[in-house]
Amino acid sequence: MSRIDVRKTYKLYIGGQFPRSESGRSYVVNDAKGRLLANAAQASRKDARDAVVAARAAFGGWSTKTAYNRAQIVYRIAEVLEGRREQFEAELRAAEGVSAAKAKTYVDAAIDRLVWYAGWADKITQVVGNANPVAGPFFNLSTPEPSGVIAVVAPRGALLGLVSVVAPLIVTGNTVVVIASQDNPLTAITLGEVMATSDLPGGVVNVLTGSQSEIAPWLASHMDVNGIDLTGVEDAALASELEVAAADNLKRVRRPAPDTDWLLEPGLDRMTRFMETKTVWHPIGV
Amino acid sequence: MTPTSSSTASTASSAGVFDDVVRSESSLRRFLHGLPGVDQVGCEARAAGLATRSIKTTSKAFAIDLAIRMVDLTTLEGQDTHGKVRALASKAMRPDPADPSCPATAAVCVYPDMVATAKQTLGDSGVNVAAVATAFPSGRAAMDIKLADTRDAVEAGADEIDMVIDRGAFLSGRYLDVYEEIAQVKEACGDAHLKVIFETGELQTYDNVRRASWLAMMAGGHFIKTSTGKVQPAATLPVTLIMLEAVRDFREQTGQMVGVKPAGGIKTTKDAIKYLVMVNEIAGPDWLDPDWFRFGASTLLNDLLMQRTKMTTGRYSGPDYFTLD
Repeated sequence: MSRIDVRKTYKLYIGGQFPRSESGRSYVVNDAKGRLLANAAQASRKDARDAVVAARAAFGGWSTKTAYNRAQIVYRIAEVLEGRREQFEAELRAAEGVSAAKAKTYVDAAIDRLVWYAGWADKITQVVGNANPVAGPFFNLSTPEPSGVIAVVAPRGALLGLVSVVAPLIVTGNTVVVIASQDNPLTAITLGEVMATSDLPGGVVNVLTGSQSEIAPWLASHMDVNGIDLTGVEDAALASELEVAAADNLKRVRRPAPDTDWLLEPGLDRMTRFMETKTVWHPIGV
Repeated sequence: MTPTSSSTASTASSAGVFDDVVRSESSLRRFLHGLPGVDQVGCEARAAGLATRSIKTTSKAFAIDLAIRMVDLTTLEGQDTHGKVRALASKAMRPDPADPSCPATAAVCVYPDMVATAKQTLGDSGVNVAAVATAFPSGRAAMDIKLADTRDAVEAGADEIDMVIDRGAFLSGRYLDVYEEIAQVKEACGDAHLKVIFETGELQTYDNVRRASWLAMMAGGHFIKTSTGKVQPAATLPVTLIMLEAVRDFREQTGQMVGVKPAGGIKTTKDAIKYLVMVNEIAGPDWLDPDWFRFGASTLLNDLLMQRTKMTTGRYSGPDYFTLD
């Protein structure tokens, strides 16, 4: 007797848990050749709202962890990803139709990217912070602090693209609501499983799958979201609509960059864009 | 928020209906234990079933405004200051300063020593001052102290008194003591409205909740209230359902309306709307009024305001835009 397949149900990743969409909807995800791969949950605006609540709740604890501890946790994600690399390589080959060698390159790069950003957690303050010279008996110190809850529209690169937009936000202490690539959402949920088992507190990263144009406007106009990263937005009209909506509460906005080559070294900009500079004046003792 | 004249007029007549019942300890016990028992499973299933109703768009907007008007904005902490009470009273009058169409809450609920401060800020705005009296929250004090506590609050200007019953006496079956206590406090209240707190989390069974409801209504309470907010579990849907049934049956028997106030643990708009659905379905639409149904809450108000803002602006709001309290 042949064994019945045990297939995975791809759900959302919100607040450390894997709920179905509140709307009960799902959509068909095809592989590169147009054959059915799986059904993914199609998130609604209420799932986005719940994700923001979870991200906000997680922000206090995550942003006050020591930078060193955040580095350890992001490094831990890399470790767990390394242990499941075969699964990710297989998923990339199925979803994006890339060769075995190419899939290995992407997974390698994603793991290395996590390690690279993990290293930055306790160094970014030294590099972009400063002791400012002032004309008075004061220490004048500028330090970068996380902005808060950041919404991210992830680019197409199902694994490397997603890691490259999420890792720089969480190492600096932000919490994230990310809309996974609409065409390749499955790897994002599998990456959620990795994060759920890597000491990353629930709610620090929340992954929604579904329609970008349906969910993103709600996050862009949400008054409790502090920044929005539009990297994966390919429709110029939608991008400008989102930027206008984001202006209502002066969100920090990162403009679309859908064609980025994710294999290149990213630089610091993805970290510094979503940080606030705090400057304190401290009297020098006599 | 005074009761309608018909209901005050009937107070005297309903007292007569139960003269036989409250004549002695044994007759009172016979009456209370003769009340039909509560079907626990059925009650919880009914409450859960009513909680699944979907309330949207215009109905939701109506429900949110009604819920705001029903809030008894509460601060009952050892760390309360006059400043905090003034801030809370200002918020009760204008919950959303950015939107003049937002209604005021029903009352602010404070400890007796804060009544004068609250009254001074509220003035004749129509927002009532409610005071918790009678050795809140435990109710463990001598009777004359409880009465003095009550008179104090009324003299300071409280419009409503929230008293706690002696749960020890109730649980050991001394119902007449509890009855007398409520009746005496009511007398001490004078013109102020009396809300009777059962602390249902300590009453153990749903049958006891039903008995306490009848006891308090017979003794003349204007409102029956679930909890102090200091004991877990506080207000729950099944407990409120039993109390709503009691006030409905009491009106059928005596023609007199009694209000219900769940307090503690109601934090979200979703929760509040579940309660309103239950009020409408169990007691009836007559109770959908701040005179007859209240929420004892503090954090609930901000969530109601956020939902209200979401409905008027079309975008999700955040806690940064409302006061902390």
